[in-house]
Amino acid sequence: MAVVAAVPRAETQTAPRNLGDQVLRVVMRAAALTLVLLVVAMVVSMVYAAWPAMRTFGWRFLATATWDPVAEQFGAIPFVYGTLVSSLLALLIAVPLGIGAAIYLAELAPAWIRPPIAFLVELVAAVPSVIYGLWGIFVLAPLLRTWVQPALGATLGFLPLFQGPPYGVGMLAAGIILAIMVVPYITAVSREVLLAVPESQREAALALGATRWETTRIAVLRYGRSGLVGAILLGLGRALGETMAVTMVIGNRPEVAVSLFAPGYTMASVIANEFAEATSDVYLAALIEIGLLLFVVTVVVNALARLLIWSVGGPVKAVRE
Amino acid sequence: MKTAWIAALALFVASAFSQPAAAQTLINGAGATFPYPIYSKWFDEYTKVDPEVRFNYQSIGSGGGIKQVTARTVDFGATDGPMSDEQLKGTPSELLHIPTVMGAVVATYNLPNAPKLKFSGDVLADVFLGKVTKWNDAKITALNPGVSLPDQPIVVIHRSDGSGTTYIWVDYLSKISSEWEKKVGRGTSVNWPVGLGGKGNEGVSGQVKNQPGALGYVELAYAVKNKLPVASVKNAAGKFVEPSIASTTAAAAGAAKSMPDDFRVSLTNPPGDEAYPVASFTWLLVYKDQPNELKGRAIVKFLWWMSHEGQKYADDLLYAPLPSPVVKQIEAKIKQITYQGKPLLAAR
Repeated sequence: MAVVAAVPRAETQTAPRNLGDQVLRVVMRAAALTLVLLVVAMVVSMVYAAWPAMRTFGWRFLATATWDPVAEQFGAIPFVYGTLVSSLLALLIAVPLGIGAAIYLAELAPAWIRPPIAFLVELVAAVPSVIYGLWGIFVLAPLLRTWVQPALGATLGFLPLFQGPPYGVGMLAAGIILAIMVVPYITAVSREVLLAVPESQREAALALGATRWETTRIAVLRYGRSGLVGAILLGLGRALGETMAVTMVIGNRPEVAVSLFAPGYTMASVIANEFAEATSDVYLAALIEIGLLLFVVTVVVNALARLLIWSVGGPVKAVRE
Repeated sequence: MKTAWIAALALFVASAFSQPAAAQTLINGAGATFPYPIYSKWFDEYTKVDPEVRFNYQSIGSGGGIKQVTARTVDFGATDGPMSDEQLKGTPSELLHIPTVMGAVVATYNLPNAPKLKFSGDVLADVFLGKVTKWNDAKITALNPGVSLPDQPIVVIHRSDGSGTTYIWVDYLSKISSEWEKKVGRGTSVNWPVGLGGKGNEGVSGQVKNQPGALGYVELAYAVKNKLPVASVKNAAGKFVEPSIASTTAAAAGAAKSMPDDFRVSLTNPPGDEAYPVASFTWLLVYKDQPNELKGRAIVKFLWWMSHEGQKYADDLLYAPLPSPVVKQIEAKIKQITYQGKPLLAAR
């Protein structure tokens, strides 16, 4: 569970001294290479399997919004949109909540309360996603339909985001379910990160007369920034790829709608829903191309997030020395 | 401690050798999920009839079943929708469709006090096309005199996962409404004009239960087990028929007169006063010329047992058994299954 900021350390590229070191190096290198090979093999096999769809639709696949298995017309826009919007919504809710909880657990909470809460958080992270999905259908969706959505519609209804009939299920429900699933990850990992911040950082800030909040903000959060981003990325990764729970509450309608009340669809959901019964070759290839696209989107989103931290704060070194 | 270990080991070895491993034939199959409960019951019961044969059935979906039997990675396939001519051309040798049981698909809804409703096919098609959007639309009230229907939007709920249930439902709508056939068509997944998608029967019924004004479709067996309100549907003879096992079997009897030789028939909207119009067979897919004599013999014996003694298990699991004229036709078909040109079924 410990995803901590990569500590820059002196390069130790000297030749290994004995046989044991050499063996270790070869074995570890093989392990690392296997991971790289796995990724390459996945991409190659997906491209190969998706080829019939790529040949038939070309770039149209990325530029159209019709998904019609009967007429064999396939376009990926609604799924890409649904995946991005539901994950973004989830992060909007989960990041303040998760990092806030982590700060409380690591910095503010009385010592006796920390272990039980930390244990509970990790327990919640281990609940299977289908449980969240069923809870979403039977508890969350009715709650949203009868209370939350009418209230949002009445107060913020002038925004296109909160218009349309309240079904309960839809993009909003998917974002909330994802947020609930992602919060424990972000909390658990952020807490580890904050606990790894050396005590000397806090002491230095306190010695300079900083308040509790200033100490947390300047000495702790800034120090652990890249670790916190790691925690958020871990959550984002789960949100992008989550299948069962989202499928059960998002409404599964392949269309692009601005309103968060409207049903949507995600890439992972359409694969899970339609793969087993996809009989024609082009249909199957189109679903595999969606899988490839999900892979690409995940990589791009992660790369963008990393770029973002580099551009905002520069490498962690700046605060470390 | 040590003696306990040795005893356990001895037991294990003894049990490994006492299994009649050499004499057993394992037959692999894969495909449709809809008939899985009765297939697993059959394969279990059949071990009592013929202890030498074991069946291993994976319910991976009709699409997967067709793929695997075409590639010959399994000994038989299973599907909820008949294979297309194009798909049959792609098989290495002639593949037979053998009907096993029947199922029906029913409309279920969420209205105050759950009144008994009647629908006709064209009104259902209009609702699913998004042309009839309110419960108190004149087309619905005309079919249901005496029922007070609310001024409430109809929320259409359909299956989001590809399924034989969807195939039966849209096959029926396609037969009734030429507009549906042209705009949407038939398939295990389609491009729905309106509505929300739920995953599986439980996803659809869950959303129907929670959504006032919802209208969805589920398997008959699922609706009966969960006591969902179901609508009567007007059949080809102009009668409103409640979905049940008896009215499903009546649908097959109605269609039996025009049964094609290869059994690839759609049972939806059949003739017959008692026939419920949204029903279908589910099929096993077996090669006409079996590549392995031992397995082939076991498969034909099982098919015979399934279409006769096996049918008595259908009722309990809420499937409709095959009507007797269809069983007669299946008998003739089973007799055509061969190994290297020789019929596998001994003369009966």
